[in-house]
Amino acid sequence: ALREFADTATSLAANADATTISIEDPGETPKRQSGPSRGSGREEDDELLGNDDSDKTELLAGQKKSSPFWTFEYYQTFFDVDTYQVFDRIKGSLLPIPGKNFVRLYIRSNPDLYGPFWICATLVFAIAISGNLSNFLIHLGEKTYHYVPEFRKVSIAATVIYAYAWLVPLALWGFLVWRNSKVMNIVSYSFLEIVCVYGYSLFIYIPTAILWIIPQKAVRWILVMIALGISGSVLAMTFWPAVREDNRRVALATIVTIVLLHMLLSVGCLFSLTVWEVRLFGHGIHCRKAE
Amino acid sequence: MAEAAESPGDPGTATPRPLFAGLSDISISQDIPVEGEITIPMRSRIREFDSSTLNESVQNTIMRDLKAVGKKFMHVLYPRKSNTLLRDWDLWGPLILCVTLALMLQRGSVDSEKDGGPQFAEVFVIVWFGAVTITLNSKLLGGNISFFQSLCVLGYCILPLTVAMLVCRLVLLAEQGPINFMVRLFVVILMFAWSIVASTAFLADSQPPNRKALAVYPVFLFYFVISWMILTFTP
Repeated sequence: ALREFADTATSLAANADATTISIEDPGETPKRQSGPSRGSGREEDDELLGNDDSDKTELLAGQKKSSPFWTFEYYQTFFDVDTYQVFDRIKGSLLPIPGKNFVRLYIRSNPDLYGPFWICATLVFAIAISGNLSNFLIHLGEKTYHYVPEFRKVSIAATVIYAYAWLVPLALWGFLVWRNSKVMNIVSYSFLEIVCVYGYSLFIYIPTAILWIIPQKAVRWILVMIALGISGSVLAMTFWPAVREDNRRVALATIVTIVLLHMLLSVGCLFSLTVWEVRLFGHGIHCRKAE
Repeated sequence: MAEAAESPGDPGTATPRPLFAGLSDISISQDIPVEGEITIPMRSRIREFDSSTLNESVQNTIMRDLKAVGKKFMHVLYPRKSNTLLRDWDLWGPLILCVTLALMLQRGSVDSEKDGGPQFAEVFVIVWFGAVTITLNSKLLGGNISFFQSLCVLGYCILPLTVAMLVCRLVLLAEQGPINFMVRLFVVILMFAWSIVASTAFLADSQPPNRKALAVYPVFLFYFVISWMILTFTP
């Protein structure tokens, strides 16, 4: 019986590689239908091979990343996710449940770069567009206001967000590796898993940015607090097991730094919208018109 | 074989040996048939074909390419499931559309340099880098479409949005106001939906069935950004 399940496991793994060959029926099967069946298949496998979970994942990880890094197939392994998996991960980032680790629960040694990249891209455009719209709505009805799309915001927002999504995980990963060499930790994350967590934790800021159009300062601050609370707690609960074994002060300092950097990002986004308004207002729409 | 070889070098005297006399001594096993056909007249036909496109008038050449581009425009405007866009891809159409769009998004006013709308280079970069990124994304997700085919489809499906830009520019010649804005909003939304439907009709089949939404969402984002640039254009 165990061999049978091992066979299905390998056939599932082989199937995952064979997605390029569309042997499946070409009918319009909605993703929801194929989703749960595939997901439940994997759940059963993981539960049945309970103790061998680490072995199996290690084997699969070895199987997947076998291509050298200059081939296209190597990068395809980072995009090996289905629609329902991406939705699950986004849901997990929105509902942080204490005790459930985002990486263990959702990523399970299959980190993807699709989520982080496109969530960051959407966030960049959401911030730029909502900043634009909020400016427009504030000055609505003023005859002297000359609407400008302010395209520069997109470049600046893109630089800031992508730098945050890649450099902070790099620094955190380096730090964790260094601590790991000193203190043996039970839980350790690969660089891609950290990038994945950070990318998905930024998802909450997309609806926040869209709701920023509301010009009330109080509403905006409340929104930012909620977003910071949710994504900060996702990050904190993910990284607490990784530093728990360490010196108490180092562990606390790490978690505080993570949350602090996250706060810097969100407040920075908020200020980038209000400061620009002030500049337009104070400097002068009058000065502008005088030219 | 030996007879044919001997006939061109047919000597009158018996003393010089025939040219390929020793051929029968060469050990070629009887099993392997060595035969073929050399038809010389084919060569002159190819040369004739080459010179025909080389010697044709410039008008013919240009009209042929323009007709191909025009045919693809028709396919975008009435999207049916056909393979024409995919099979003979070309990048002339996308280039024409991108340049037209970027030119029309220019403000042509004095204070266009600071904090204004997108410059020509910005529009160009957004369109081409956006298309390349989407193509890479769909290939990485396991789609079996070639790089340039995907660029071709994405570029051609900007046609409805270019039409929207034209209409918006015409509408902006009238007086400004909320009605003006509503008309422009309606036109842009309509053309945005048209672009999405057209590109999905061509691109969706090349994706594995459980990843279609993952591949279509970046296309949605791409056309949304272009529509935003068109909608917020003020002269």
